[in-house]
Order: sequence, then structure tokens, then C-alpha cells
Amino acid sequence: MILQTIFFYLFSAIVIASALMVISSRNPVHSVLFLILAFFNAAGLFVMLGAEFLAMMLVVVYVGAVAVLFLFVVMMLDVDFTELRQGFLQYLPVGALIGIVLLAELLIVLSGWVFAPDVLANPVRPIPELNQLTNTEAIGRLLYTDYIFFFQTAGFVLLVAMIGAIVLTLRHKPRVKRQVIADQVGRSQKVELHSVEPGKGI
Amino acid sequence: MNGFVENYLIPGAIIVGQSLLLLVLLLVSIAFILLADRKIWAAVQIRRGPNVVGPFGLLQSFADLLKFILKEPVIPAGANKGLFLLAPLVTVSLALAGWAVIPFNAGWVVANINVGVLYLLAISSLGVYGIIMGGWASNSKYPFLSSLRAAAQMVSYEVSIGFVIVTVLLCVGSLNLSDIVMSQQDGLGTRLGLPGSFLDWHWLALLPMFVIFFISALAETNRPPFDLAEAESELVAGFMTEYGSTPYMMFMLGEYASICLMCAMTTILFLGGWLPPVDIAPFTWVPGIVWFVLKALMVFFMFAMAKAIVPRYRYDQLMRLGWKVFLPISLFMVVLVAAVLQIMGWAP
Repeated sequence: MILQTIFFYLFSAIVIASALMVISSRNPVHSVLFLILAFFNAAGLFVMLGAEFLAMMLVVVYVGAVAVLFLFVVMMLDVDFTELRQGFLQYLPVGALIGIVLLAELLIVLSGWVFAPDVLANPVRPIPELNQLTNTEAIGRLLYTDYIFFFQTAGFVLLVAMIGAIVLTLRHKPRVKRQVIADQVGRSQKVELHSVEPGKGI
Repeated sequence: MNGFVENYLIPGAIIVGQSLLLLVLLLVSIAFILLADRKIWAAVQIRRGPNVVGPFGLLQSFADLLKFILKEPVIPAGANKGLFLLAPLVTVSLALAGWAVIPFNAGWVVANINVGVLYLLAISSLGVYGIIMGGWASNSKYPFLSSLRAAAQMVSYEVSIGFVIVTVLLCVGSLNLSDIVMSQQDGLGTRLGLPGSFLDWHWLALLPMFVIFFISALAETNRPPFDLAEAESELVAGFMTEYGSTPYMMFMLGEYASICLMCAMTTILFLGGWLPPVDIAPFTWVPGIVWFVLKALMVFFMFAMAKAIVPRYRYDQLMRLGWKVFLPISLFMVVLVAAVLQIMGWAP
């Protein structure tokens, strides 16, 4: 148990420290990189809980895909941060008020938070022992049987969001030339000389 | 502190010893694989390749190593110093970390974890950070453009690699890499009544997926013909333009380590890992690791030949191939494989 305790405090300390650095570092790219470090160590905490599937999913989805997009956007934005900071004192009271309200709400919720006793006593599906079933299998069985409707709905919502994003960004510019692969493959093989008019192509 | 020595110290020492052994063997073989890559490339172009250092140039990689280490590291004035030096470290340590779950023979694996395939997928999806950080921290145009290209490319091809892995997992029923190899003991061949042979491995049953995985692996590791991240005629040396000496060597090492990792992954997923090609006496006497290494080297030879004979893709063609060809085919195959397994009752 000594090693577990040491690693738990190591991972948690890194998560909290890097989460603080996310909001306090001046360079936004550094912020995103610290966010990635926080995700990564949170995955370590999941592994310590025995939830290795969730840990890997966190790394694949959040670190491997979502954070890459964050980094893309942040790297390419040319934001003047000194200008952004100018109204700092002006917005401070409102911001501080919202922050304090949120903190108070979190404290109230977390201090009074317990499992309802009858939930633990008779669960709908008993939680399988770790040595009987890998947790990949356990999650799969639960997700694709009892919660299949919610799972499908979530997928459908994501599909709609994806179509929405494509519709919003797709523009057909009239002057852009596109490659038609079928035409190119279907061309006759014989070598010819053409005098090509500029701007028209063959 | 009772039982500390038996419970923590001795197992810990064994794991460290195994990891060090694997690391040393891996680094030495990468040195020769780098040489093999150059030799094959030279042979295709009817050149001799490196042939001065040592017999047949066998020690060329070690000479290069010394050269890289002895050179002066240059950090550009406008570069973000910490990230600039962190990027090659990230690349090389991630590429080496993936080897922890690779089984070389039955039971010969440093970490036999239940989610081995997912771990490999996670590690290879993190590889993009080394490139992005290196390109951004260099504070220069070409590295930045090239790191954007590389990141988009790697994220795109990860999608099809993920679906290819899903089809293999459907046939296996486990995410453990050793289980994936063992499940290839019987397959198409044994169903036809033949003895266990190379016909049972997944490459035959899932041939289109094997081809897609091989091509996606080329794209994922930024190998030619998909080496757009370092297309030297357009982007100088891509994200490595500002790097020299030891940091450059670490990028190079990380790149080759992840190429070898992809070869090992192809071997495990499709070519039956350490299983002998025919399950009959003379072949079964050979230790499994020999078969594993031979198969991985064969896959690497195909990587090297692709580099030597295929011209580089254009960027829009690369994206078209990934999103409009591989993604629909692999999605369709996932549905098809699942349906066939369910209808025939072959599902594990």
C-alpha cells in the first residue's frame, strides 16, 4: 500500500499543480500543454482505481485528439494578451463574485454529498468483481444492453453536431480548381503536345 | 516495512532489469535497421550505400551516433528554449514506451496489460505532440507549417488505424496483445481442415484491412510516400529544420523506434506474432522470438521498399485517401466483419 499511496499523491499533486499552471501561465500554448499534463496524470489516477479502460480512453480521446485541436487553434491565433489584460481591474469585481458563488456552491454540494443508502444496497446491476471480468467487458455489457438507448441518442446528437459544423463551414468557391480523380485516371495514355492557354488548362 | 523486500524491491528490480535489457537490444537493433533502410534504398537505386565504416559499412550508424553527440547543439535565438529541448525527449520516450506491451514470445512481455492495444493506440496518438512542440518552439516558418501538416496527417490516419484495430478485435474478443496472437492459432486454414499454418493468421481473413493498416502505418509514422512533414523540396527538413546534434538524433531515434513499433504491431495483429508459419516439426523447433523478429523485419523491408519506389503524395491527395477512401472502407468492413461473425456463429 505504500507505493500506491506515494503514486496517488504524486499523480494528484501533478494534476493540481498543472491545473493551476493552466490558468496562471502567460503563454496560452503553455496553458494547453499543462492541460495535457493534467489529463495525462488524471489517466494515471484512473489506472490506480483499476479503471484502465477509462484511463486509455481519456488519453486517446482527450489528449490524442481534443487537445491537439486546442493546440492548433491557440498556436494559430494571434491574440495580443497585453490588450486583453487592460480591463482587468474593471472586470475584477464581477469575476470575483461569480468565482466565489461557484466555489460556495461546490463546497455546499460536496460537503453534503453521500450515496443514497438504498442505491448501494440493491443496485440494478451488481458491480462485477475485477478478477471475473475486465472492466472493458463490464462497461461494454452495461453500455450496449441497459443503456443502449442513451448510447445511441448520444451518438445521434454528435452526428447532428458534426453535420451542423460541416454545413456552417462548407463553401464552394467558384474560382477554385478541384482535382477530379476519375477524369485523371480515365485519361488516354498517349503522349500529346498541347499549347495550353493560361488560366484554362487542358 | 514487513515484506517490503519480497513484495516491492525484488519485483521492481526484475521489471527494471527487463526494461533495460529490452531498451539496449532495441537501440542496437534500431542502429542496424537504420543502416538496412539506407542499404535497401541504395540497392534499389543501384548505389552501394554506406560501405566505409566497418565491414560492409555495418558500423555506420554508430559512427553517426558519435558524430551527432560530439556536435555543438544550437538553439535558435527566438526559440522557446524549454519546449525546444522537451520536444525530442517527448518523441523518443513515447516511441520507446510503446514497446512495454509488445509480446515477443509466449509470456515474454514487460507489461502484460488487459488493454494492450488501446495503450499502443494512445501512445501512438501522443506521438504528434513531439512534432507540434518542436515545430512551434523553433519559432520559424517552415517547421511551423510542417508541424501543422504532420499533426493533421497523423490525426486523420489514426481514425482508420482505429477502425482496422476494431475489426481485428472483433475476431479476437480481447484487447490483450498476447491473446490476439494466440487467437491466430486457428482461423481460415483450420476451418478448412488444414493443420495450423500461416493461412490462419488475420492477414488472409482480413486482407483489405491488412493493406489499409500497412498504408496507414506508413502515414502515421511519416514515412515516404507520406513524408509530407519533412518534404525536403518544400519545407527544408520540416519540423526538424532548426534542430542539430543530439536533439536531432533523438528525433531520428524516436522516428525509427515508432516505425519498428508499427512493424511489430503489424506482426502481432495480422501476421501471427511468434507463431511458426506451419505448425509442423522443423518449424516448431525454432524459438518463437525468431519468427517474431523475422516477420517484423519482413514488414520493415516492405516499409523500406515503399520508401524507395513510391513517389511522394501531394497533401490534398493524402487527405483524400485518408478521409474519403480508407475511412468509408474500414467503417464498412467493421459492420461487415461483425455481421459475418454473428451470422456464422464465429464470434468469440
